[in-house]
Amino acid sequence: MLNTIYRLVAPRRFEVEFSDINLGGKELIIRPTHLSICHADQRYYQGLRPAAVMKKKLPMALIHEGIGTVVHDPTGEYSVGQSVVMIPNTPTEEDSVIAENYRLSSKFRASGFDGFMQEHVAMSPDRVVPLDESIDKVIAAFTELVSVSVHSISRFDRFSHERRNSVGIWGDGNLGYITAVLFKYMFPQIKLYIMGVDIEKLSQFSFADGTFSVSDIPKDLYFDHAFECVGGGASQSAIDQIIDHIQPEGTISLLGVSEYAIPINTRMVLEKGLRFYGSSRSGRADFLKTIELYRKNPEIVGYLRNIVGAQVQVRDIPDMNKAFEMDIHKSIGKTIMIWDK
Amino acid sequence: MIQGIVNEERDENRSKSSAEMGRKMIYGVILAGGIGSRMGNVEKPKQYLMVGSKPIIIHTIEKFCVHDQFEKLIVLSPKAWIETTKSMIHQYLGNKDGRIVVLEGGDTRNETIMNSIRYIEETDGLDEDTLIVTHDSVRPFLTYRIIEENIKYGLEYGAADTVIKATDTIVYTKDVKLIMDIPNRANMYQGQTPQTFKAKKLKELYYSLSEEEKTILTDAAKIFVLKGEQVFMVEGEVFNIKITYPYDLQVANAFLGNETVKEAKDRG
Repeated sequence: MLNTIYRLVAPRRFEVEFSDINLGGKELIIRPTHLSICHADQRYYQGLRPAAVMKKKLPMALIHEGIGTVVHDPTGEYSVGQSVVMIPNTPTEEDSVIAENYRLSSKFRASGFDGFMQEHVAMSPDRVVPLDESIDKVIAAFTELVSVSVHSISRFDRFSHERRNSVGIWGDGNLGYITAVLFKYMFPQIKLYIMGVDIEKLSQFSFADGTFSVSDIPKDLYFDHAFECVGGGASQSAIDQIIDHIQPEGTISLLGVSEYAIPINTRMVLEKGLRFYGSSRSGRADFLKTIELYRKNPEIVGYLRNIVGAQVQVRDIPDMNKAFEMDIHKSIGKTIMIWDK
Repeated sequence: MIQGIVNEERDENRSKSSAEMGRKMIYGVILAGGIGSRMGNVEKPKQYLMVGSKPIIIHTIEKFCVHDQFEKLIVLSPKAWIETTKSMIHQYLGNKDGRIVVLEGGDTRNETIMNSIRYIEETDGLDEDTLIVTHDSVRPFLTYRIIEENIKYGLEYGAADTVIKATDTIVYTKDVKLIMDIPNRANMYQGQTPQTFKAKKLKELYYSLSEEEKTILTDAAKIFVLKGEQVFMVEGEVFNIKITYPYDLQVANAFLGNETVKEAKDRG
């Protein structure tokens, strides 16, 4: 079946291209309905990736956070009309040790191949997760980002020693907020503190046990473990502060993405015996766990509603540009495209 | 007139259960009756030419296959091409979609549409809300949204036509020599397909026309308009092109040509 794809061909320029989807195969055909813009998409849209990367990857359809409805299922596993969350990570081989999202052979939507800005997306049945109709679709659109936080918190549970009296999260943006909400529900007994730069944004973390401006963290405040959700050039100062305020043998989860190499004070890392672990992307198990958390704790969805930003109905290419431009100028919040192509 | 049904058994079961459930009866009607005299020296009607790896008509049928609302997909083909149409459907789509029915087209576009309505009446019956979404088989680049909105607004308004804003200035003449008028372009749209109609209404309107009117009114939407009925304008797409001339075929293949480049890039 001919399929319309809206690919970024150059910074700020989308063009229509077509593919031919095989209806006779074993793949589901999903019609995207709600797509959420991520910083990674913006780095391509604004041309902020290195020129060599842009040249290699474009033209490419953006967006790796989204949901849709099943319009065709040759396997009979899903009913037509079922809402699903689409999983952007696409493994190409089995591995009993390395998770699907870290395998070098895995492909990722809107990075290694076309993302969800398409009329239809053909996906293997194991690349979607059913979505309860009770969950607000606008919030469900960024389930992928939430699943990355869930993935990171699950790894915190795996890697961190048993003393878990308090945890600090650096970052008051979308990722910091989502990680904080999910952490509070996954580990309600652990004291949670947020470090950020914007007092207004910090005031949204009302469920946390405390919030601090990064310029005003008490010197004697120490956490057992920490999450870095800052990214960009500010990663360095955030990691420096974390090293200062973490107890010996604590774990530091790195989630913020930076285009640049970030210097780290290794002397203090060695002295304190710290453990760093990077987390990015997520796999099917993380999506299932996220949906289960939504189901068991509907309040999570309520908290996530606070970071829904602009909702833009997209019917043509100017609407796509409008959504991306609005997203650039926001201070916080996820921009959602109501996909009507 | 009814030349054959692909997978008759499943077809009957669908319509029975649908009627019992009282759901809206919606049919895809794919018009492949034309011989394509404008395509130059080609032996096949244009709808059977290849775009990418499939005949154009198969691409078009596939776009309808992913819509669950359709009771049946009625393909109207030139008499001489009925068996070829059926075998192509079998070859490219298998028997997976039991909704596809192949019928003989009529002498004119409207007669072809009437054949589909006659078939629906004889098999499932017509009621006031029976809807047909008619589409040129040589427009394979239509989108899911266009079909979806044709159904939605066809049900709401009784008829819908797919249009795009005119980009060129339209000039009006009667003698093909002097311009009589240049209408305001802002009010001008170009017609595409699908065109969607309440089938019973269309049938009534069509058979109320004189033979002379039938000759002039080649566009079914125009019949509705002239008879004072509402026709909703669904927003089409510039790329929903009608493959009429050899040039269009090149354009269609070029659309898909980009994909070959992209796939090669993905691989390596």
